Parts: sequence; structure tokens; C-alpha cells
Amino acid sequence: MDKFLKLRAIAAPLPMANIDTDMIIPQQHLKTIKRTGLGQFAFSNIRYHDDGSERADFVLNKPAYRQAQILVTGPNFGCGSSREHAPWALKDFGFKCVIAPSFADIFYGNCFKNGILPIILPQETIDLLLDDAGRGANAIITIDLENQEITGPDGGKISFDVDPYRRHCLLNGLDDIGLTLQKKDVIQNYEAKKRLSQPWLFKG
Amino acid sequence: MTEPEQKPKTLYDKLWQSHIVERQDDGNCLIYIDRQIIHEVTSPQAFEGLRQAGRQLANPEAMLAVPDHNVPTGADRATAINAEDSQIQLDALTKNCKEFGVEYIPMLDDRQGIVHIVGPEQGFTQPGMTIVCGDSHTSTHGAFGALAFGIGTSEVEHVMATQTLILKPQKNMRIDVDGRLGAGVTAKDIALAIIGHIGTAGGTGYVIEFTGSAIRDLSMEGRMTLCNMSIEAGARSGLVAPDQKTFDYVMGRTKSPKGAAFEQAVAYWKSLPSDEGALYDKEIFLRAKDIAPQVTWGTSPENVLPISGVVPDPNDVENPERKVAMQRALDYMGLTAGTKLQDISIERVFIGSCTNGRIEDIRAAAAIARGRTVHSDVAAWVVPGSGLVKLQAEEEGLDQILIDAGFEWREPGCSMCLAMNADKLGPRERCASTSNRNFEGRQGPKGRTHLMSPAMAAAAAITGRLTDVREL
Repeated sequence: MDKFLKLRAIAAPLPMANIDTDMIIPQQHLKTIKRTGLGQFAFSNIRYHDDGSERADFVLNKPAYRQAQILVTGPNFGCGSSREHAPWALKDFGFKCVIAPSFADIFYGNCFKNGILPIILPQETIDLLLDDAGRGANAIITIDLENQEITGPDGGKISFDVDPYRRHCLLNGLDDIGLTLQKKDVIQNYEAKKRLSQPWLFKG
Repeated sequence: MTEPEQKPKTLYDKLWQSHIVERQDDGNCLIYIDRQIIHEVTSPQAFEGLRQAGRQLANPEAMLAVPDHNVPTGADRATAINAEDSQIQLDALTKNCKEFGVEYIPMLDDRQGIVHIVGPEQGFTQPGMTIVCGDSHTSTHGAFGALAFGIGTSEVEHVMATQTLILKPQKNMRIDVDGRLGAGVTAKDIALAIIGHIGTAGGTGYVIEFTGSAIRDLSMEGRMTLCNMSIEAGARSGLVAPDQKTFDYVMGRTKSPKGAAFEQAVAYWKSLPSDEGALYDKEIFLRAKDIAPQVTWGTSPENVLPISGVVPDPNDVENPERKVAMQRALDYMGLTAGTKLQDISIERVFIGSCTNGRIEDIRAAAAIARGRTVHSDVAAWVVPGSGLVKLQAEEEGLDQILIDAGFEWREPGCSMCLAMNADKLGPRERCASTSNRNFEGRQGPKGRTHLMSPAMAAAAAITGRLTDVREL
């Protein structure tokens, strides 16, 4: 996984509440056995007309936001289905950071696994960032994960919290399966005890 | 590491603490996962990840695979030409299970069905376990007093390789429903009423334990329906304490412990219910008699009302964002504020899904359909949740009752709940559905979904409009 250190990029505003993972990546695009190539289908039901042409009024179709890497959005983002295709689609589009007042739990975890930083901020702060993001191609925001700080286009600073373990994994681009496999002995010890106390869970 | 034994614990505390392999300094824990169920849509990339890293499965015996999301549900499923991309996913599951040594229930096996119906049916789901699946409705298995939750594909791969996950503890929420449900009111109505009450983010960060006499009185099927929709309330897991009903359901199933092992297991399972005086971070109390049959009117499960209600008016809403969201929902659904819910006519009916595709649900639909006829403007489907549900329904003659009434009796799968294959709504088609999500496009692009119980959906099929089943 790529390291996430500092991101300086255009932020796109999508001020809707309860954007579900069906909206982020509709079911007709889940029939892939790959993790890549889904960016073209991100938000497809609201991004394209029935004939496949772009809806000019959708934010990511506006010239200023085609290169956006930060999404500023509404509460409960990513609710619904656990499909990791949602962060895969966002990542493939180019997004590396999503900022919202709240996230659904499964989506929130899925982001970190894909090098996307989800940031939770109070609604008042989001409103300011939505204002910033409204400036189109001038909406350049800097995300500094090391120092947990956002710098707005006018230089204003906003600090944010993130789980230390997940931050560590993002900063170092770590594969957490590899990390967990280093604890194989601890896991096997646990399992050995469980085989004695709850033998019905194991075959032979 | 010793636990403070004297403090009363919730069911969730016990499940969590008994699965801690290691605590990290930062508050995260390495949690042991007892069982993983996989299906064709969210597993291929996980297997591919293992393959690329040269990794093996930690414990293939802890896994069970069954295709469900994508399988055709028409009578000709054995010979039907599946869409090429759907077939690629089915073939990948078959191949991956063979290569990695995972037990696989193929599409044409009688045991095939929706992951969350097959797990309990096979006795793969048991109290006290941690159970995961790359599907958010894994919360269903919490009905057995198991800590069960949906995960993304990266976590599927993590469990495959290590039999663990790195997690932070959730908070405890208790939702107590006391008293007796009225006639025509079901577990689905409790679930929808709760979501209406706390909202789709109300349970975010919590595990919800459902307690109270109305919950204890539910069948295992009803408890599964309720826990299934915990995720629609924002909670990754729902729980019901295991009791004699639970043990009776588990006993004698293919993968359940047998004989002395079963007795030993039951003794352990009896220690799981929350201790007297255990503390919850949040408690909500509802009275069963206040819950009427529910239907959704919008594009979020929290957009729900009793069937006696009217389509709400955005002008009555103060909050500007909520006003906009409500208007968007009404526009999408093609509804006008003030319309009586019972005046809304429908063209499609879907009875099935991991929420309501069990035998009790088919019985409820058949009880309404018996001696009646599906409205001439309605195409009504019944999609059993598994091959075994289908067989049992056929033994009970339920299929014939439904077919005689004009319902279409189909093969098991997720079908029109998520509309991944040909089973979907056309644009602007309106559906009375027993599934779990009414999101925009969920049952097909521009399709319009009203969520409700199987009895309510069957009643809508007969009258051609949303109907109070109590007045049919």
C-alpha cells in the first residue's frame, strides 16, 4: 500500500447526508473480480444520464473537480452495504481523503485498508470546508497526517483526530495482514486454549 | 491478563472479552474469529490477495462458501445462460474453494441459499461465536447470541490468513421491547419501528442487544429478522441472548455439536446472557403494543411510518438539509406529500431476502394468499431464502397456495433485494418488498421500494396498493 504522508489537492463538495454505498457504487458494477477499474462507475446513478452521458450538474463532472482527491461530504457517509467496492471506486477515481461529520462503521474501516484517510470533523467545521471546496479549482486543501492538521486555501488550520494504529499503518503504508502474521504464536496459543475449553468448535 | 470478574457484564462484553487474543497499547484488540462465511461477490479479491502474497488459509474448516448474490432464481437456473460477468464470479468461487480447501455448497445443491439463512440452517452459526462475512447483514447471526458482523474484502482476506481481526470495542446499547405484539405485527415491524425511532445512524459505534418480553417471544426466525436490520440502524451487530429456543433450534443440525459435546456447549451458552446489573451506554424502551405494521415511504429505512400514515410534507420540516433530503426522496419515489400510504398503488411484490426469506415468512405470505388472487396489475415474486426453505414450504403445500393465488414461486438467492442480476425493478416501477434497503436504485436503477413485512407485502399483492394487513 502507498504511504499517506501529506496530501495537497482539490477538494470537491458533496453536501448530502446518508450517502450509502449503493450510491457510491451501484450493484450493477459489483460483478468484477478485481479491485481496480471502478473509478469510472463511482456515483454512476447520479453522475450519468440513462444514455451514459455525463450530468453537467454533478460536482465531479465539473471541470474544476475532475482532479479532486479530497471529498467533503455529509453525515453517515458510506452507510449500508459492506461492499469494499465503494472505497475501491473512490480510490480509483483519485480520492485519497474523505471528510465528513460522521461515517458508517464498516465503510470507515474499509477506507484505511485502501490508503484512504477518512476524517471526522464537527458539522460547523465541515460547513467551512464546504465553503472552501465551493471555490472550484482554487479549493486546494492540504492534509498533513503526521501532524493531524488540515490547512485551508487561506492558510487556516484545523486539527483532526485519528486512531493511532490506523494512522501508523497509513503513514508507513503497512499491510496489516503481514503485521498480524508476526503474531502467529500468540494466535496459536489462544487457539490451543480454546480447543480445550470449547472443543465443539473444532473438528478433531 | 485478568478481567475484573466482579463487574457485571453484558452479553457483548462477554463475547468480546472471550475472543481477545491480544490487547494493543492503543486500545485496539486482536480478536479471534470462529467462523467466516463467504459468497461470490466479496471474496474473489481476497483470494487473489492471498495468492499474490503466497499466503494460505489459517483454518479452512472455519469457513463455509455458498453463492447467493448473483445466482439466477428462475426455474431454468440449471441451464439458464447467466450473464458472463456473473458466471465469472460463480466460477471464481468454485475454483478458489477447490484450490484453498473450503467447503462449498454449489448453486444446484438443496442446501444452497442466502449466506445468512444457510449458516443457521446448517448449524454453522452457534451461540458464543464470532462470525464474519463480507456482507453487512451478517448481523443476522446475532440472533443466536453470537457476535456477528459484516466486513469488507480486505478484512475477509485478513481473517482468511490469520483467523483474526484488529478491532476496537464497540459501545453497548440495549433496546427493550416489552409486552405483546398486536395481530398482524411482526419482527420486521419492530425492526422498522426501531430504525424510525433512532435513525439509520442511531446505532453507529454500538452493538445493540434486543431485550424484553416481546423479543423473547419471537421465534428464532423473528429474532434473525430483527438482528438482520441492526445494520440499517447503523449498528454493525445486533444481539439476542441465547435461551432454550436458541438451543432447540441449533440442536441436531448438520454442523451442530452432538451428544455430550452439545451438552457441554449448552452449559457454556447458558453463561452468555447479560448479568443482572450490567451497564449499557445507551438504553431505549419501546412498548410492543405501540408498534403498528410499518411501511417505508422514502429512500432510507428511517423514512418509515405506520401504514395508517400519510406521506410527510417537507414544508413541515425545520432543518433545511432534512427538508432538501425529504423532497429529494419524494421526487425519487414519485410521491406527493399528504397522500395516504394506503392509496399508493404498486406493480411489483418481492417476498424473500436474508431479512424475510425464511419458512415463517413464506407461511405468513401464504396465510394471506390462501383463497385470494394477486391483483391483475401486479407481478408478485416469492424467492425462498434457501433450497431447504423451499423444500419445506413445498412439503407444507405453501408453494401451491401461492402459485394458485398468482404468485411466482422461484429458486433461492438474494434476487431482487439487491438486483445484481436480471431480478430487478424497471425504472419507476414501485415494489412492496420484504427486503432491507430502499436506497435509490437498490432494486434496480430508478426503481421504487417500500419496505414491509411478508404479510403486508402479500396483502399489497392482493389489493395492488399498500394495505393494512389487519383490515384485509
